[in-house]
Amino acid sequence: MQVKCPICGLEVELPEDVLPGEIIEHDCGTTLEVVKNNGGIVLRPLEGIEEDWGE
Amino acid sequence: MLIASTIGIAYDVLRWEERALISAFKSLGVNPLLIHVKSEPIILTTNNVLEGSVILQRCMSNYLARASTEALEGLGARVINSAEAIAKCSDKLWTASILMRHGIPIPKVAVAFSTEGVIKVVNEFGYPSVIKPISGSWGRLVSLVRDEEELRTVMEHRSYLPGQNSKVHLVQEFIRKPGRDLRVFVVGGEVVTAIYRVSNHWITNTARGGKAVPAKVDDELKELVIKTAEVLGAEFVGIDVFEDPSRGYLIDEVNPVPEFKRTVAATGYDLPRKVAEYLISLVRR
Repeated sequence: MQVKCPICGLEVELPEDVLPGEIIEHDCGTTLEVVKNNGGIVLRPLEGIEEDWGE
Repeated sequence: MLIASTIGIAYDVLRWEERALISAFKSLGVNPLLIHVKSEPIILTTNNVLEGSVILQRCMSNYLARASTEALEGLGARVINSAEAIAKCSDKLWTASILMRHGIPIPKVAVAFSTEGVIKVVNEFGYPSVIKPISGSWGRLVSLVRDEEELRTVMEHRSYLPGQNSKVHLVQEFIRKPGRDLRVFVVGGEVVTAIYRVSNHWITNTARGGKAVPAKVDDELKELVIKTAEVLGAEFVGIDVFEDPSRGYLIDEVNPVPEFKRTVAATGYDLPRKVAEYLISLVRR
């Protein structure tokens, strides 16, 4: 499936079995995360490593 | 859609660990419900819609892990680990307090709320000592202070960190480890696998470059870590253990959403399958 990159606007090729929460490195240099929205899949810029991440 | 009698995984980022857990469940004939907490809100209702369900908490973010667990429990689900266990394990001070009250050996520890307070503690513990926040991960903001000048420098830097969390200083004695420490995994009250984290640096987190090597767990350590998980109410944890040259095993920290990619690679032990089997056993009880 193809989903638009929210940063550069170009289509990002995703596998049909992509799962929300997956991290995608796009060619435009942005790290994106897959999110479900209204039954579909959208991409959001990943905010980066947060202070409370990790074990 | 959240439905009853479900096995699920709540998560925010799909890492190797979460993928491995999903595969493990599927290999056991279970298609887990994937609750991506950043995609869907959890709406609290009074009708216990998740009664009978067992959900594995795998959020990388501690705040998201705690909040989503609280919400899922509010809907009747049993979450591994529970909100209470996550809260206790995520707070190093609370963990230390509980373990100490149950006679579980830990390094000497104190909490201070000012530079003067920290100096008082370190003068008692001796140099070097370790200063860290009460919640934190991957060895971040953990400082080794070797003299008073270093201590004052660290405390000055900490004073400029945002948030009230940075006003609470956990001071821990420095343990002269033998170039390694232990990470022991407990699932459902059973020690399942363990690694040494070997490093020349005193911070041995594998996230900071520590090398994972399979470890043997003797009966003494087995008893200690099982009791640790039990008193914290935790069912799936990675427990960090120091080996003190004179006092033996000391429990350092307990991780309620443990990472285990390097452990599986180092030991060959199928930890994802063990965790999946445990959750399935809970539903079938």
